[in-house]
Amino acid sequence: LQSTSYRHIASAQSSMQKHHTIWKKNRQNMSSEKQETAAVRVLGRWPSPFVIRVLIVLGLKGVDHELVEEAVGNKSELLLASNPVHKMIPVLLHHGRPISESLIIVQYVDEAWASHAPALLPSDPYARAAERFWAHYVDDKFPTAIRVLRGRLDGDKDEAAAQVCAALQRLEVAFVECGQGKDYFGGDNVGYLDIALGSHLGWVRAVERIAEIRLLDAAKVPKLAAWADRFCAHPAVADAMPDVDRFVEFSLKNDGALKAASANSK
Amino acid sequence: MAGEDELKLLGTWASPWVSRVKLALHLKGLSYEYVEQDLDNKSDLLLTSNPVHKKVPVLIHNGKPICESVVILEYIDEAYGTTGPSLLPTDPYERAIARFWVDYIDQKLVIPWKVAFTADGEEEKTEGIKQMLAVVQTLEGALKECSKGKPFFGGDSVGYVDIALGGLLAFLQGTEELCGTKPFDIANTPLLLAWVERFTALDAAKVALPDVTKLVEFAKTKRLRI
Repeated sequence: LQSTSYRHIASAQSSMQKHHTIWKKNRQNMSSEKQETAAVRVLGRWPSPFVIRVLIVLGLKGVDHELVEEAVGNKSELLLASNPVHKMIPVLLHHGRPISESLIIVQYVDEAWASHAPALLPSDPYARAAERFWAHYVDDKFPTAIRVLRGRLDGDKDEAAAQVCAALQRLEVAFVECGQGKDYFGGDNVGYLDIALGSHLGWVRAVERIAEIRLLDAAKVPKLAAWADRFCAHPAVADAMPDVDRFVEFSLKNDGALKAASANSK
Repeated sequence: MAGEDELKLLGTWASPWVSRVKLALHLKGLSYEYVEQDLDNKSDLLLTSNPVHKKVPVLIHNGKPICESVVILEYIDEAYGTTGPSLLPTDPYERAIARFWVDYIDQKLVIPWKVAFTADGEEEKTEGIKQMLAVVQTLEGALKECSKGKPFFGGDSVGYVDIALGGLLAFLQGTEELCGTKPFDIANTPLLLAWVERFTALDAAKVALPDVTKLVEFAKTKRLRI
C-alpha cells in the first residue's frame, strides 16, 4: 500500500497565483485529517490516464487519499470485489463504498466535496452540457488511437494520428466556447473538461516521441498547446501526472513486450 | 420575449436514444416541438445543430442545441430542476450509481444486441445472444440493488436508469422476433419482467416508445442502423 504525499509543490508562476492559493488552502485542510484506514482510497496504477484523472481531482479538491497500486496483469481481490462488473481501474473507495468509471468518479468527487473550491462544472446547465458532451467526445476519440500509436493495439498509425489531430482541431474551437477566452476550459480554474482531456496529455506527448509525429502542434492548435503547458504545470496535475519521459520509458518496457507476445501468438 | 421557453427535438421515430429524450420530456411535463429527421437526407438544421456527429437526438432549447442522449437527459434534469420530478437522485453516491448503470447499458447492451440481430454466421449470432443475456442478467441484479424492493431503478418514481433502459424497450420487446431469443424470462429475470410491465403502462411510455410491431417490421426490412 502506498500513501501519496504532496512532496513537491511546483513553484507557481505569477499568473497561477490564484490557483495556487486555493490548492494550498485545501492542502492545509488535508494534513489535519489523519485516519487509520484512509477514508478515501484509489485503486489504480499511474500510467492510466483514467487513474490520473482521479488523482488530479482529489488533489484539486484537497482530499487526502491513499493510492493502492494494482500490479500489471494481476487484479487484486479488492479490485475484483469493488468493481465486479468491469474489473477495471480506477475505482474510488469512499468509506469502503466503491465508485467506478473515471468520469463518474470525477463528478462524484466534485459533488461529494462541493464545499471545496473549485467547482469543476459551471453552474449554467447549458455550459455543463457542453463540457459533458466534449468529455464524451474525448473518450471516444483519444484512448483507442493512443493505444494504436503506442503500439499496444494493432491498427493504422497514420489513421490514428489523423483522428487525434482532427479531434484536437475541434477541441481548439471548444476551448474558446467553453472557457470564454480564459486560461482553462473551465474558465479561471481547472474544470471537468480540462481534467478529461488533460489526463491524456502524458500519453499524447509520449506517443509524439514514440511514433515520431506532431499531435499537439502549436502552429495548428495554438490555444490548446498553450493550455497543455499551463495544465501540466498546475500543482495538482504535476503531482498526479509524471513527466513525459516516464511515459515513454513505461511504453518501451511494456508495450514492446506486448507487441512481441502478440506477434509470437499469431 | 419574456416568458417564452422553446423546446425542439430532432429525432427519428425508431431511435431508442430519441425515445429516451421523449420519455424525460413527458415525465417532466414539458411541451416541445418534435421534428422527424430523414437521416439519408440530413436537414440543414440537424447539420448545424450537431456538426460533430450529425446524429439524433438533438434537443434545441431556445435555439441552443444539446447533443448525446445522456447529456440531454442530465441537461433536462438541471435546466428544469424545479419542474416535475427529479430524474437523478440528490445524494452524490446514488447519482454515481445511477450514472454507472446508464454507462453500463450504453457500453455493454447495444453491441451484442446488434450482433445478435445482424450476424450472418450462426456462431457469431450465438455469441451475441450469449453476451446480451449475460448483460441482462447483470441488469437484473442492478434493478434489485437500485430499487430496494420499490417499483423502479429510481425507487418509487421513474429515474435516470429507468429512462435510459426504457428508451430501448421497443427494441427489447422485439428481440425475440429480431434476434431469435427472449431477453427477459420469469426464471432468470423476474424483476425486469415486472419492471417492463410497469414501465410500458406509463403514459410517458405510450407516447415516447414506437409501436413494437411497426418497429420489428421496419427493422427487418431496413436492417436498421440505430
